[in-house]
Parts: sequence; C-alpha cells; structure tokens
Amino acid sequence: MIEFFRKQAYLIDFTMSSLLRRKGKNFGLLLVYTLIVFMLASVMLFSHSLRKEAGIILQQSPEIIVQRLVAGRHALIPAEYIQKMGRLRGVTSKKGRLWGYFYNPVVKANYTVMAPDHLDLSTTEVIIGAGIARTIGLGIGDYFTMRSNNDTFSFQVKDIIERNSELVTTDLVLISPKAYRVITGIPEGQFTDIVLSVRNPREVRKVAEKLVQKLPDIRPVLREEILRTYDSIFAWRQGIVFVLLIGALLAFVIFAWDKASGLSAEEKREIGILKAVGWESADILHMKFWEGIIISLSAFMLGYLAAYLHVFYSSAVLFESVLKGWATLYPQFKLVPFIDGLQIATLFFFTIFPYVVATIIPIWKASVTDPDAIMR
Amino acid sequence: MFPVIRKSAFVLIFFLTGTLLMMLTVIDAMTKQSSTRDSLNQRAMLVKEFGLSDLALSTEARYTRHLTLADRHSAFQDHPTSFDHFPSGSIFLPPSQLTHD
Amino acid sequence: MLISLSDINKVFNQGKHNEFHAIRDISLHIEAGKVTCLKGSSGSGKTTLLSMIGCLSRPTSGRITLENKILSGLPERFLTDIRRHTFGFIFQKFNLLQGLSVLENVMLPAYPLGLNHKDLKASAQKLISHFGLDRVMNNPVEWLSGGESQRVAICRALINDPQILIADEPTANLDTRLSQEFMGLLDELRKTGKTILITSHDPIVFNSPVVDRIVEMQDGQIMES
Repeated sequence: MIEFFRKQAYLIDFTMSSLLRRKGKNFGLLLVYTLIVFMLASVMLFSHSLRKEAGIILQQSPEIIVQRLVAGRHALIPAEYIQKMGRLRGVTSKKGRLWGYFYNPVVKANYTVMAPDHLDLSTTEVIIGAGIARTIGLGIGDYFTMRSNNDTFSFQVKDIIERNSELVTTDLVLISPKAYRVITGIPEGQFTDIVLSVRNPREVRKVAEKLVQKLPDIRPVLREEILRTYDSIFAWRQGIVFVLLIGALLAFVIFAWDKASGLSAEEKREIGILKAVGWESADILHMKFWEGIIISLSAFMLGYLAAYLHVFYSSAVLFESVLKGWATLYPQFKLVPFIDGLQIATLFFFTIFPYVVATIIPIWKASVTDPDAIMR
Repeated sequence: MFPVIRKSAFVLIFFLTGTLLMMLTVIDAMTKQSSTRDSLNQRAMLVKEFGLSDLALSTEARYTRHLTLADRHSAFQDHPTSFDHFPSGSIFLPPSQLTHD
Repeated sequence: MLISLSDINKVFNQGKHNEFHAIRDISLHIEAGKVTCLKGSSGSGKTTLLSMIGCLSRPTSGRITLENKILSGLPERFLTDIRRHTFGFIFQKFNLLQGLSVLENVMLPAYPLGLNHKDLKASAQKLISHFGLDRVMNNPVEWLSGGESQRVAICRALINDPQILIADEPTANLDTRLSQEFMGLLDELRKTGKTILITSHDPIVFNSPVVDRIVEMQDGQIMES
C-alpha cells in the first residue's frame, strides 16, 4: 500500500518537472482554463444567490396585484373597482396604490416614484432611495426636484432609505399622495393598481379567477407568479451564457485533445525512454492522469475561489454593467452567499473529467509501443 | 531553481489548501447567512410595507425594473425568446404569467 | 553461465512484402561477470539481439533463459519487472530526458518501484558523486557535455543495482579520449561483479583489454571466430 502512495508521489514529481519544462505554455493554459471556470462559477454563484434572496424577500410581496388593461396596456384603475370587486371570500384587505416612473434627463436616471398613504409625509417632503442619493449627491435636508409638464416641484429630503435594502429600494422616491397627484395630474379616485391581501394562500387562485369573471378588463398578478418569475429570472439567458461558456470549455478540451493527440516526436521519444528504463504502460498512464488532474483541479479550485471573491466580496463587479445596461442607477448590495452544492459538483465534473480524458486517451496508443523502439 | 520541498509535496499542500479554502467558502456562506438574517428580514419588511414586487437591478426600462408587472405589449414580450433592445432586457426572462399561458 | 540463447530468430513485418529477417538461428551463452562485445557493422542485427536479451523485445522464435528462468514467452508485465531489476541500459544517444535535472534523470528508473524517497535520493547522490558529477547534480541535463551525459546515463543504468549492464554503441558519440575513459569506467564496474554486454563497431571498444569476449555478427548470424 505504502509503495502505491510513494509511487504516485514519484509520478507527481515527474509530472511537475515535465510541466515546469514548458512554464509559459502550461501557465498560459492554466490561466485560460481558470478564467473559463471563473466565469461559469461566477454566473452560477451570482444567479443562485440572487434567486435565493428574491425567493425570501419577495415572499412578502402582495398576494394579488390587480392591474387594469386598456388596449392591452397597463392603465389607471378607478377607485370604484374596489367596490365593484365586492366581498371576496378570504380577502382581508383591498387597497389602491399610486406609483409610477419618473425620468430625470439631467442624470439620465429612471426613478420609481411611490405615494404610500401610511407615511405621514408633508407635501414638500420626500424620502429617497440610497442609489438616488448617491448618484445625484443628495443628503438629508437637501432639495430634490421633479419637473412635470410645466412646473418644477422641489421637495426636501426627509430621509434616505437604508443602504442595506438597496437591492429593492435603490431607485425609490416616496412622496405624499397629494403631491403625487399634483405632479402627475392623476385625478382623485384613480389609482395605479390595487393590492389585495388574501389570508389563505390556497384561495389566491380562486380569488383571481372570480376577479377576472367580475371585471374582464383587469389582470391579476399573483405572488406565486412573481416568485416563479424570479425563480427562473436568468434561467434562459443563463442557459445561453452557459451554452456559450460550455462551448468555450469544449473548445478548450478539443484544443487540449488536439495538442495531446498530435504527440510530438519529442514526446513519443520520452515515452520510449521511460518504457526502456523500466516504466510500464500503466505507470505512464498514471503519470498522464496526474498531469490532467493537476491542471484541471487547479483551474477548478482557483476559478471557483476567484468567483466566490468576485461575487460576494466585490459585489460581482463584472456583472454590474450587464445588469445596469443603459441605466445610471445601480444598487450597491452585498449578496448573501448561497451555494448550490449540485451546481458546484456539476461544474467540478465538467472541469475535471473531459480534460483528464483528453490528456490520457492520446497517450494510450503511444504508451503501448514496444520499449525497444528507442533503440531502433 | 529547485524548491526546498519535493514537487509532489508542493502539489499535495496546494490541493489541501485549495480544498480547505473551498470548505472555508461554505463556512463563510453559512456564517453570512446567519449574520445577515436581520438585514434580509429588513428588506423583506420593506417589501411588505410598500408592496414591492421586484428587484431594483435594472432600472433602464419599465419592464426590466418591474419585470413581473410588465405589459404584455412591452418590447420585451414580442416573443418570449426574442432578444430585447435594452441590454438588461436580453438577460431577464419574461414574467412567468406571460410565458405560461 | 548467466544468459543462454538457443535458436533465436527475429523477423520484422512478418508475412508482409517488406518482411525482414533480422536474426537467424542464433545460439549463444553469455557468462556472468564478464564483458562481452557484440561486434559488427550497422545492420548486422547486434542491436536487435541486444534488445531481446534485455527484455525490450521478444524473439519470433527460440528460447532465452536467464539463470535457468525462461524469459521468452513471459507477458509484458513480468518482462518489465525483470528488466528493471536485472538490466541497466546505456543507449547510443544517452537518451536522457531534457529539462529534468541530472538527479531526476538518475532516479527515473526507480520511480515505479515506490521506494522511500530519502533512501533513493541518497543512493542516487552517492552514484552521482562516485562518477564525479556533484557539481552538476541539479543542473538540467541539456547543460552537460558529452562525457558528463555519458556518465549520467551510466548512473541511471545503475540506480536499480542491476546484475547486467547493456550498452548499445556507447562510444558512438564520444571522442577517443572520452571513449577510453568510458572503457575505464566499464573496467571498474566489471570489478564490482557486473556482467556487461556491449554492441560496438568501434575499435577502441573491441580492442580494449577490458573486453573479455568478442562475438562477431554479420547479417543476423554469428561469425565463428
């Protein structure tokens, strides 16, 4: 048994010596491979953690949001609809909401403006999300302006929403309903949408069906749909990214295969020497196995660790520009790390297995050559 | 030119360190999950208070800011698999109620 | 008598149009503790014969015995095992692995045996200093001169302490002075009880007093002398 381990240690010694002979080439190889693993692992860690987080916090979203559609577009919903809905079994509250978007052309930022009625804000006060405060450099007490059709309205910043909730509130502007109606011109008795609370989650679907029967021009958005949307938030595009990256991975393996299968005369000669001095074919295959493991396992470990640091300690800076797109507001948030063991195991398998196979197979043929080849 | 330790010993130490660090990431994730529970709850409470339905990741377009409340006829829903002209719209999946029926 | 060959034939590409009969009906006895030289021009079959004796290849027909053990017919694994414990090889072009140090090259044949690393390293270092190579021990082999390379090849052949040393045209790449030096080293090895088999067509080798017996070969057959 001890001989076996000692022998493996010798084979690793040899593999390392032989890898170090072409330092530039092999480190380059390792770097490229690590980079591919890093990208894959980053996407995995980021989307899984984001999905988990969304699943937890959006659990508190309204059970049903009722929108009115006019000509296929989301339109204001009259307050009478609340009465029209009538008494619905299981619904504990019905409330109209006022909210919308505001585009600030100066900083080219889109805000989400909400006018909640429970906040005791005077008509000249505003509470803003931390992202807005950061982007335009506002503090508490400063003035925040919004332009409507023909007027400019100024508000004093009463508060800034806590920084650690930026993931959901970075672009929020909270003002009083009265001020909101003045700025936007939404008349009294009209709302953006209506939120319903339903006590028993099993009744939600039934309630939604009844609503659509009673009021055919509305569209209910259910919490389970919200959760489902975020559960698969990046699913298809993540899939595309994965297909691309797996493609890169395969290209890499093919490259490695090609390199290895076109064994140079030099390498063939070396195998011949090893056989002549008393190595068996199995020893040579073992040695090559270690070579594959050393490169691919290093790439896996380094790539994964770098991805972990990237996603959870640098807030996934590389993804920021992708998610941000043309926007100027982007939340500063530290994702809570959730690791999906199965994903990591899959990545492990696809990093190690094809590479090791690609290094071993071509050697197979060379390693069974006659040991006397070297003397001819 | 030659390391003080044997090359195989170096490889072993390297991989052990790597394994250890990987285990450390799991421990780190678990401690963070418990230490950030409060701020996670805080976010959840804000979601409840204002009836929020979406993450504020991409604020560039209405339908990427509020994915789940998007109109059926926003650009992004021309077809569930079409690419969007907003960069972020091309990485998000349309809301489930649009892709399921 | 250590090695005995009876009616050995070796045919390459048997049955094909380029069939080549390299060795014809050779019977030979090689004595222990002596230096035997297979002399002949290139193509005489001496290297082929040597590789069969050293278990690097197998005869097409005939029997090879090593101390009454029959070698021909053993499966590859056993042959490899016998080869690495019984034979040490010195090749014509030295065949050292480029990029590896002298020490690593010398230790190489012992790797598959799984010996204790300290012991193996110590015995390799002992061999290396015995052949006066301490100074270059950790240098990569491509920095070495021809004579140094030759000595490294000898060290490598000796690392598993084999009974028999096989050298194929060992002086082909050496000048006269180094060739004579090599014969001196062989003499030393013979005195320690090693059996040595050399192929050569170099007069420095077969005229050397170190060689006990010369077997002359031509066209795959032994010329009676």
